Amino acid sequence: MEAIRLSPLDNIVVLTRRVEAGGRVRVDGVELTIDRSLGLGHKLALRPIAAGEKILKYGVSIGSATCDIGPGAHVHLHNMRSDYLPTYTIEEGRLFRDGA
Amino acid sequence: MNPIRPNAGLRGDVGNTVVRGDAFLRSDGRKGIRNTVAVVYLVECAHHVAREIQWPFREHDVHLIGFGGCFPNDYSFRMLKALGTHPNVGAVLLVSLGCEGFNRHGLLQAIRASGRPADVVVIQETGGTRSTIEKGRRWVEDARARLADVPRAPMAAHELVVGTVCGGSDGTSGITANPGIGRAFDRLVADGAVCIFEETGELIGCEEIMAARAVTPELGRILVASVAKAARYYTVLGHGSFAPGNADGGLTTQEEKSMGAYSKSGSSPISGLIKPGDVPRAGGLYLLDVVPDGEVRFGFPNTSDNAEIAELIACGSHVTLFSTGRGSVVGSAISPVIKVCANPETYRNLADDMDVDAGRILEGRGTLEEVGAEIHRLTLEVAAGARTASEALGHQEFVLGYKAFEPIGPACHPAYA
Repeated sequence: MEAIRLSPLDNIVVLTRRVEAGGRVRVDGVELTIDRSLGLGHKLALRPIAAGEKILKYGVSIGSATCDIGPGAHVHLHNMRSDYLPTYTIEEGRLFRDGA
Repeated sequence: MNPIRPNAGLRGDVGNTVVRGDAFLRSDGRKGIRNTVAVVYLVECAHHVAREIQWPFREHDVHLIGFGGCFPNDYSFRMLKALGTHPNVGAVLLVSLGCEGFNRHGLLQAIRASGRPADVVVIQETGGTRSTIEKGRRWVEDARARLADVPRAPMAAHELVVGTVCGGSDGTSGITANPGIGRAFDRLVADGAVCIFEETGELIGCEEIMAARAVTPELGRILVASVAKAARYYTVLGHGSFAPGNADGGLTTQEEKSMGAYSKSGSSPISGLIKPGDVPRAGGLYLLDVVPDGEVRFGFPNTSDNAEIAELIACGSHVTLFSTGRGSVVGSAISPVIKVCANPETYRNLADDMDVDAGRILEGRGTLEEVGAEIHRLTLEVAAGARTASEALGHQEFVLGYKAFEPIGPACHPAYA
């Protein structure tokens, strides 16, 4: 088992171990090809997700896609965002400090 | 072996299994699982002297807590009063510089009224650093001797108060350790224990699902309002309860982290909403509202995980269940912390710091039910006196800052009405 789908409603799966770029993951009868090396806990699109569509995990929305996402693509800060609060990363903090 | 707790009738007949025969009986009827002397600084200026008093006894259940601010604050007073009269605490020494704003007389009076040995040393009235340290250490030695004779009584599972917190969360937290703690909470609630989950700012996005579990519709509306308050508060501050390490670990948004954090609460009905320092009087599951009331003041509500742990303990927690994915190593003053590690890679990296390997679920070495049963069993063992990893390593973290709260109303705890 390399990934799990936490709810049948979900359009993403969660990696349960580290996977290298080009590796394949089989989950719920779907085979996904991984586009970059990823650690466990990261999310992959299970099916095509359109820009603006909700990302569903545990069967509930955890935010919205900011662009079209293909099956097997890493789903993270670069292609989805919170519907509540912006997400702060060390990189953004560094840019902010350098620019100040 | 009758439960001593006066409200035991509210808890039914469940959970009468004795978890230890020799709990520390305090004069208010509450029972402790540790017999600690608390040395308490009342301003940062007294911190060094208090630490010097405590340091030689640090491996002998003498803990250092305190408040750094010079200006008085009702919340911090309430917190230190709740901690100074916590059932795990047997005696309290306050350490004052002498000119700070903290109401040391009021705090001393409240702790003495609980029947505990308590005293205050005032540095400006004791000849300075050296003589205050000597006087304080003599007092602690004497208190430790007196605590050896504290009354003992059997303690049942339904007399336990257990809190939960998560720190250093990653993408594994919400699928292993957090739901594992949720399973343990379901067992503890069935035992009749009080279980407390918290950080309304980490429940943003789950408010409606949570409200549906409230024992009354009015309590459901109060739960939703508490999360809306947290969202407003964090929006003003600019970002929520989301650290950069969360994103490195695969979490993307606040609401994703929230759903994972929420699973620590298990599936029991939610019996009430409390605020720091409120000790639930009936068994069940409670949400602790940690975000201040009123306009945004004093900065971030919880500067780090230990601020939340201190609040859980001020609500009576004998034990705190701490879920971590990235790998926190902290413990706490006053009450032991059981660390449940969500991520199997982190567990291998930091095994000495962890009590439960919940990430084994991801590697097919166990099920969620097994992990939940293990956390439940370990909670009862720690209540019976077993030391946690962080206790054995000497962790006694504590932090307390400024906040402001309005008291809770009767609709916050419908079972008492």
